[in-house]
Amino acid sequence: MKSLSAYAIFLLLFTAGAALADNADPPESVVTEAAEELHVLRAVDIEASDTPEDAGGSVSLTWGMETVGTLPDSLGIMRSDPSGGEELIATLPVNIVMYNDQSADNGTEYSYWIVSYLGGTVEACSDRAAAVSSAQWIYKGRIGMMIILFLMSAIIFYYIESGKKGKELYIREIAGLEAVDDAVGRATEMGKAVLYIPGIADMDDIQTIASIVILGRVARKTAEYGASLLVPTSRSVVMSVSQEVVKEGYIQAGRPDGFNKENIQYLTDDQFGYAAGVDGIMVREKPAAIFLLGTFYAESLILAETGRSVGAIQIAGTAMPSQIPFFVAACDYTLIGEELFAASAYLSREPKLLGSLKGQDAAKLFFIILIVVGVIAATVGDYWSPLKSVAEFLRKLVTVN
Amino acid sequence: MNWEILGIWLGALVTLCLYSFLYRDNPFYKFAEHLFVGMSAGYWVIYQIENVLIPNWWQSMVPSEGGFNWIWIIPGIFVLFMLARMVPKIAGLSRLSLGMIIGSGAGLNMVSFFQTNAMAQVKGTIFSVASGSVWSIFSSLVLVVGVVSGLIYFFFSKAHTGVVGKAANVGITILMVAFGASFGYTIMARLSLLIGRCQFMLEDWLPTIPRLLGIGG
Repeated sequence: MKSLSAYAIFLLLFTAGAALADNADPPESVVTEAAEELHVLRAVDIEASDTPEDAGGSVSLTWGMETVGTLPDSLGIMRSDPSGGEELIATLPVNIVMYNDQSADNGTEYSYWIVSYLGGTVEACSDRAAAVSSAQWIYKGRIGMMIILFLMSAIIFYYIESGKKGKELYIREIAGLEAVDDAVGRATEMGKAVLYIPGIADMDDIQTIASIVILGRVARKTAEYGASLLVPTSRSVVMSVSQEVVKEGYIQAGRPDGFNKENIQYLTDDQFGYAAGVDGIMVREKPAAIFLLGTFYAESLILAETGRSVGAIQIAGTAMPSQIPFFVAACDYTLIGEELFAASAYLSREPKLLGSLKGQDAAKLFFIILIVVGVIAATVGDYWSPLKSVAEFLRKLVTVN
Repeated sequence: MNWEILGIWLGALVTLCLYSFLYRDNPFYKFAEHLFVGMSAGYWVIYQIENVLIPNWWQSMVPSEGGFNWIWIIPGIFVLFMLARMVPKIAGLSRLSLGMIIGSGAGLNMVSFFQTNAMAQVKGTIFSVASGSVWSIFSSLVLVVGVVSGLIYFFFSKAHTGVVGKAANVGITILMVAFGASFGYTIMARLSLLIGRCQFMLEDWLPTIPRLLGIGG
């Protein structure tokens, strides 16, 4: 019994001594591993708020991560709604500290929390944060643009009203457009058709809309001169609109009987299928005048080259910067960029369109002044700081986030 | 039947038919053209039904999880208006649909065009032209002068005479230089397309001829 007590005292002293020795000089790795095993990192400072200046249906979450402990494998974004239903809405890598819940219903208060996964199980859980999603009417990042658009619209309305009251609205000569009547006249004299290609985009494209307005004018001229007008289209809606516009042109010219619906055909939506079809029409019909006005892509040179090979006078116009060089090279006249949009106003001389064009010119003048003042302010601002803030203000005015 | 070889031969023959246009219009080109136009038109009809009409309209109106969203009847009515063109008495209804397409297209594009083609360009042009190396200063000046003179060229309210005319000439000169560079760049891309087609003929199609004739491996 005595020996047992002595053994117990020895064991106790040995264990205590070992423990004291450990405490006195603990190996660092052993401590860290022990702490990590005990504590898996969790998300902290979680904040949930309605995403600002959006159309609703979105809640923004931000959080931080604890720094001491075992790194989890991934994080799970949990959400509960007022009925108490809980769901996992996203699983994210651990280095992510923000998330946008795009599936929130407006007006519903959701509670969010973040769970830390390690080895497929939830090892830690953050506090909760709640938010209600809502839609906002105004997006402040576009206020500068809104002001400029309002100003432009006011100027356009002013010029339209001026035009309606009979004020002469001057538009400078545009070379390609002067040739429209000549081209139709040439086709009439040669007894050949006029081919009008309104591009390959649909009716929701501004260039197609501009092209269709010019088509109306060309249709009226062909009706007056008695020339045949062919309009192959790449979109069914463009075909429908073209038929309406050409019909209107023939009615205005007092030649409704000359309108032939079959001359305005849909070929195909396919870009190169359309190009092949139009090329076929060109080589078979050998039109004397070809109009290529609208949106064009890689088929532009194929069409313009074939048109040139059949000896037609070609008037082209597009706002596609990459295709303008081909038209410049292969066509007799090219409407560059905005000249295409100006063409409808120039040809029709309608106060509405002329007023709109004058309004756009005012906007261009505004932008020229803005650029010149801005560049001077930024350049001089390098040496005299007050002007730097002027340049910054101007940049901010035209910044759209 | 070896479908792969059949596909290669069809591709090669249609390619040759289309390239025969370089000589003149001929029945082979006509055949390839009509095949291309007809087949692509058919393809796009199915594409539009499968990828536009069904997912964007039908499945929104009759969701797979059940129910019926009556609001989607409205676009359906506009579709019927478009088809009304086939009935002369009510053909005018299609104008409502066309007006909707043109109006919404113009309205939606106005914001994005103004944002990208005007505001972003102006913002990108407001900077100090006096910073950096001599070459950098020169490039900055070309950019600013190019933008301003280009805008003056597209100014329609003033005749291109006097100072305005000179500025416009600078603008169109810079534009033409840019177009020239773009032309050369695109020609390179087109040549690579031609090379791709030649490679198909030489590397994919030609080796099939001895195989069909039973010559060589």
